[in-house]
Amino acid sequence: MDMLGEETIVYERPATLTDLSSHYCPGCTHGIAHRLAAEVLDEMNFRERTIGVASVGCSVFAYNYFNFDFVQAPHGRAPAMATGVKRVLPDRIVFTYQGDGDLASIGMGEIVAAAARGENITVIFINNANYGMTGGQMAPTTLPGQVTTSSPTGRDIEVAGFPIRVSEMLSSLDGAAYVVRRSLHDPKNIRLAKKAIRAAFEVQARGLGFSMVELLSTCPTNWGMTPVDAIHWLETKMLPYYPVGDYKVGPAVAEIKI
Amino acid sequence: MAKELLKGNVAIAEAAVRYGLEAYFGYPITPQTEMLEYLSKRMPELGRVFVQAESELGAVNMVYGAACTGARVMTSSSSPGISLMMEGLSYIAGTELPAVLVDVMRGGPGLGNIAPSQQDYNQITHGGGHGDYYPIVLAPASIQEAIDYIGLAFDLSEKYRSLAVLLIDGSLGQMMEPAELPEMQPVRAAYPHWAARGATGRGRIVHTSIYLNPIEQEKTNFRILSRWREVQANEVRFKEYYLDDAEYAIIAFGTAGRVALSAVRAARAAGIKVGLLRPITLAPFPGNAVRELAKRVQSLLVVEMNNGQMVDDVLANIHDQTPVEFYGRPGGNVPLADEILAEIERIVKGKLTLNGHPRDRWLDRMLTKS
Repeated sequence: MDMLGEETIVYERPATLTDLSSHYCPGCTHGIAHRLAAEVLDEMNFRERTIGVASVGCSVFAYNYFNFDFVQAPHGRAPAMATGVKRVLPDRIVFTYQGDGDLASIGMGEIVAAAARGENITVIFINNANYGMTGGQMAPTTLPGQVTTSSPTGRDIEVAGFPIRVSEMLSSLDGAAYVVRRSLHDPKNIRLAKKAIRAAFEVQARGLGFSMVELLSTCPTNWGMTPVDAIHWLETKMLPYYPVGDYKVGPAVAEIKI
Repeated sequence: MAKELLKGNVAIAEAAVRYGLEAYFGYPITPQTEMLEYLSKRMPELGRVFVQAESELGAVNMVYGAACTGARVMTSSSSPGISLMMEGLSYIAGTELPAVLVDVMRGGPGLGNIAPSQQDYNQITHGGGHGDYYPIVLAPASIQEAIDYIGLAFDLSEKYRSLAVLLIDGSLGQMMEPAELPEMQPVRAAYPHWAARGATGRGRIVHTSIYLNPIEQEKTNFRILSRWREVQANEVRFKEYYLDDAEYAIIAFGTAGRVALSAVRAARAAGIKVGLLRPITLAPFPGNAVRELAKRVQSLLVVEMNNGQMVDDVLANIHDQTPVEFYGRPGGNVPLADEILAEIERIVKGKLTLNGHPRDRWLDRMLTKS
């Protein structure tokens, strides 16, 4: 007889995540964001009806880690590609996974237009205040004074202008049903982030329109910090500039109980 | 079905619908806008997908997404808009997906004008987007051919998992002439095995154009090229007019080919033994037919509505064995049949040469004239 009694699984890999080691750097929060999306899609039993759209950046290979259909978009164009998929297959769940260089710089036209159309897709938007894959250049989200490889003396707002607060901006569009910002810097906020991702997919499943969850994330490698210091930097520098919050919760969305 | 008086852009749009178009994404630009306008009403009334995109970048990437699902999908634009689409076209080609594009060419470069032109020949047939890829390019010369070839474009693009482009100029898009539309065909019920439509009861399908390992990328390059060789072997199409006894031959496509045919008929009436070879597939280019033709005529005249683009493909195929002359009208001008007839007469009377480039001789003549 088993002295320990029946085993209870309390934590395991979500079924919609593949059994692969990721290429993400140690301490990077992409892994958390991937896992949260996978847990939500598992819970909603959506694996067989989901099509993901990867973008260009560190998450270009997101499709390696999700165990459902995936397509890979040109830089910034994921919302347009997702529109093409979703319009042809309106009963499928379609989401993009985009970083801040992709979404807020080269892809600003596509994301604004998709939100304005009320495109019934979900966007998971990773804001880590720099271009990760190309080695840490200044992004539209880079903070004033932040040192990057292309702003070596710190982002000079006289020359490079100001960061873009994407959630606040998109929330002004009538087509956007659900736009929120969350952060991945501690367990409490990670739980809130998961709840928001669940809400976003519920919005899509109910056909309520465009949904986006912006996730404040760390990039220890390109920030030149340890993972712990990076978490601290996110909390002390990014959070004040990019407050977490619900920027747009449409009336029909507010009635969703999760 | 009976012939109707149809405008080119509308005829192509309705023909695409009848050939089972499931999704259209576009953006307004003259002289193709009627296609967008027509489909904005027609597609929704059939319960099919229509989206006016935020830009040509948006439109082509919506096409890219829809193509991943295996849907029969199309966009249309005109020269400056096509330039914007080049990024997406390269990705679609790199992902080995079928999609159809209509380019209603206008004068350029830059904003140019909205008059008929063939100035996108090189951009469309020889790439335009980055990387090694090979779109199938069809060049109709009448509205009836445009109707027929939009159906062929869908079939070939799906058969070879390749881009197919219907390349016309603004006059074919804008003019009206009698033509017969096909019967309405049903939208496909089954989708190809590679279609990403949700992993229901199967493993996942991924569509991507990134191969970080150069060896894997090279294998993809070889696969795309091998498929293109099949296209070259099986899908070359062209039309011949009065070539049986011809001593001189014109090579021209689309509207330039149509005007050239009028000039050929006028020359024949004057006793000049001239004929016309009109490529239907600009890619794959009918190189063998051009080479064989060059062997049996005294001279070739290439006529285009540009500064001489296809003429380089002609020269590359005949290896200096036959004198070639060029006559072009760039900038949104359509050559008159009389202009081409004058060229035929000049060639018949004149001294033919294998020296120099026909484009240089042509430009000197044009600059002297003006």
